[in-house]
Amino acid sequence: MIAVGATHFLVVAALLFALGMGIIITRRNAIAVLVGVELVLNAAALNFITFSRYSTVPNVDGQVVAIFVIILAAAEAAVALAIVLNLYHVLDTVHVDEADELRD
Amino acid sequence: MSDAAFALAFYACAGLAVVPAVAILLSSEIVRQAFWLLGTLTGVAGLYLLLGADFLGLTQVLVYIGGILILMLFGVMLTQRAKGTYGQAPTTRAWPAGLIGIGATLMLALAAVAATAGSGRLAPTLPATTGTTRGIGEALMSGYILPFEMVSIVLLAALVGAAFLARRSTEVAAPPSLTAGAATAGPATPPAPAGPAGGQP
Repeated sequence: MIAVGATHFLVVAALLFALGMGIIITRRNAIAVLVGVELVLNAAALNFITFSRYSTVPNVDGQVVAIFVIILAAAEAAVALAIVLNLYHVLDTVHVDEADELRD
Repeated sequence: MSDAAFALAFYACAGLAVVPAVAILLSSEIVRQAFWLLGTLTGVAGLYLLLGADFLGLTQVLVYIGGILILMLFGVMLTQRAKGTYGQAPTTRAWPAGLIGIGATLMLALAAVAATAGSGRLAPTLPATTGTTRGIGEALMSGYILPFEMVSIVLLAALVGAAFLARRSTEVAAPPSLTAGAATAGPATPPAPAGPAGGQP
């Protein structure tokens, strides 16, 4: 197990993805759900960079895609936190399962 | 870097990435989760550096730790009076989450092993010592110019949208001509009563 290859990085990304999914499913607090989303996005970017490095042709395409992932994660976090603030002002809660006005 | 040193650095960074993620999953307080996220993001940045992506590693530190994490802490701070933010019930739906998490781990790990099994240990193609900033910049300005410009528009829209959504006033739809004469310091409508039943049926 001394020789670390692409598989090791991919397994770490798989673990991060699964932990992020578990956090997204189990949390009620909307900001905690955002933490899980960031973990999932990090796992995806780690996969892109791994395949960019361990490819047969030298390229930086995976790293460029990872940059776009980081940019969109930043935009998503800003908009999602604004929505959470609005939810807090209107409904006085930050729990995602109590914002069910449209269902009733 | 020799193989042994690379493996040591990899396992250190992987532990720094995965162990705080487990702590996030097991923790029940939102502030502790945010601070554990700091460890995970640092570990992932270290993995980026080990993969030769120096620009990505530093961008990860700048954007995630310097931006998104601070934004989340501000969000926690601004919503701390909501019930259940501190000391909330740790988990709901633990069993489906556990099943889905273990299933996703096994599936992705098997896929990773299968995808890289044919060629054994793939040799890295980019030298780890040269920087990638120049290559990324040239790629962004040549082949990826259209997504680059589109993502700038997305960022502008997200900025305007977030500033619009996070405004304190709740009179969103009223045009200025209707409210010009009235004193509109407070919110026009009281917030909806929040109860366990939600809103009006």
